[in-house]
Amino acid sequence: MCVCSLCVSAPRAAAGVGGGNDFQWCFSQVKGAIDEDVAEADIISTVEFNYSGELLATGDKGGRVVIFQREQESKNRPLSRGEYNVYSTFQSHEPEFDYLKSLEIEEKINKIRWLPQQNAAHFLLSTNDKTIKLWKISERDKRAEGYNLKDEDGRLRDPFRISTLRVPVLMPMDLMVEASPRRIFANAHTYHINSISVNSDHETYLSADDLRINLWHLEITDRSFNIVDIKPANMEELTEVITAAECHPHQCNVFVYSSSKGTIRLCDMRAAALCDRHSKFFEEPEDPSSRSFFSEIISSISDVKFSHSGRYMMTRDYLSVKVWDLNMENRPVETYQVHEYLRSKLCSLYENDCIFDKFECCWNGSDSAIMTGSYNNFFRMFDRNTRRDITLEASRENSKPRATLKPRKVCTGGKRKKDEISVDSLDFNKKILHTAWHPKENVIAVAATNNLYIFQDKMN
Amino acid sequence: PNCSGEWSRPATETQDPNSNPVKTEEAKLKAKYPNLGQKPGGSDFLMKRLQKGQKYFDSGDYNMAKAKMKNKQLPAATGPEKSIVTGDHIPTPQDLPQRKSSLVTSKLVG
Repeated sequence: MCVCSLCVSAPRAAAGVGGGNDFQWCFSQVKGAIDEDVAEADIISTVEFNYSGELLATGDKGGRVVIFQREQESKNRPLSRGEYNVYSTFQSHEPEFDYLKSLEIEEKINKIRWLPQQNAAHFLLSTNDKTIKLWKISERDKRAEGYNLKDEDGRLRDPFRISTLRVPVLMPMDLMVEASPRRIFANAHTYHINSISVNSDHETYLSADDLRINLWHLEITDRSFNIVDIKPANMEELTEVITAAECHPHQCNVFVYSSSKGTIRLCDMRAAALCDRHSKFFEEPEDPSSRSFFSEIISSISDVKFSHSGRYMMTRDYLSVKVWDLNMENRPVETYQVHEYLRSKLCSLYENDCIFDKFECCWNGSDSAIMTGSYNNFFRMFDRNTRRDITLEASRENSKPRATLKPRKVCTGGKRKKDEISVDSLDFNKKILHTAWHPKENVIAVAATNNLYIFQDKMN
Repeated sequence: PNCSGEWSRPATETQDPNSNPVKTEEAKLKAKYPNLGQKPGGSDFLMKRLQKGQKYFDSGDYNMAKAKMKNKQLPAATGPEKSIVTGDHIPTPQDLPQRKSSLVTSKLVG
């Protein structure tokens, strides 16, 4: 059986479960404009399900957040099987200008992270390059009527005209979803924020920029603790930057951060107030004979994610995804090639800046599969148990309701088969940088520039 | 193997640099841009990254740079010369971005 990353392996008999346990991804929904002219503000910059998967949030370059809610499956509308529809939208960040440095601060939402739900309202953190905001999204479906001092329009009633008192009653009203900024965490980052991560204690969260990581308390906005600082005394000596950071899902004292040199450091906040000294250092040794001008650039880690179990973590570099066992620092336990065929295109990818694209990656709810994006609106999924992998495409052509997605193949050799696409025909402007997997079900959200695709597994 | 695509071995497994696609790409790049920084992926890239952000038109810097360059065109801040981060690479009045459009609802809302 061919084991190259280009081929979808032949299906194997599922162990235990009757039939196949392969995913059969089907188109479910697509959101966004169809026209070719993409406004910069509409480019989606982050996608995130909440803890239950009921809500799906997107952030865009224009600083806006759109939240979708999954419809309850009902007998009245059997066809809208768990569809996501708009729940709330708001302007999270606006463009600012730093007059001192003559720099524009983009309103682009870099990351959204949900807080675990504790009451009827939903909370999320959204961040741009400099400022993190805590948003409360709450529902209102009742309003009080029959006030004594004001009439229904809100105008004050003349107190001398009031002869009787009445008790206001709560009347149902059309559901209104309100988003309000509850906390603004500003002025703590000199460099550009790349990550935020809510801690398992549900009280603190971390924010990371190129050189520093800060720990915040969700209630306190006027101070934060600096827990990592890799800024050298002399900036000429700068050799690496922080590219991503995440809190451990269960151990509130542990977090990791990745670097532009392809290394990951795990830190324990119990060890010291300033975690400049790591507790664990993860790096895969490089073969010195393969070192090239591109080595460091393509080894730069663009995303790091803990598994839900907390036992593994996954890193994404330019060409691959690696799964690391937290107990083994000297090499990853699994490596998956995302688009190895790009190795022979690195020169032009450097010239058009694509080599600096930051792809994200994500786990499914059971940690048995991982997903990441590629070019030409392709995205890749890897099943960790069966070692099967598949390439799918997010496109309007495959957007018939419940249509099964056909696997895609990229051809590097001379002979191109009928349904394959050659490397030179790939559209490098169609990049899938942001994907998200529902925490419990096989539902995925894929951001393709300005469109959001939602796919579901047929078995769902 | 019955795959139709070319199975390209990882760079580490080959001894011959001629068949290493990455080395070929590196040679291509060096041929095009011989002055490219000696420190690959070193501090020049990182400094550029740290300074990401639209630098606005500053007439003082602009006129100084213009005086230095004399009659030559001011270079645009694009291309692989990523090591140059300041001074000569300030936007010229022609390069200034258009005024941002008014805040509108996202098209995802439909």
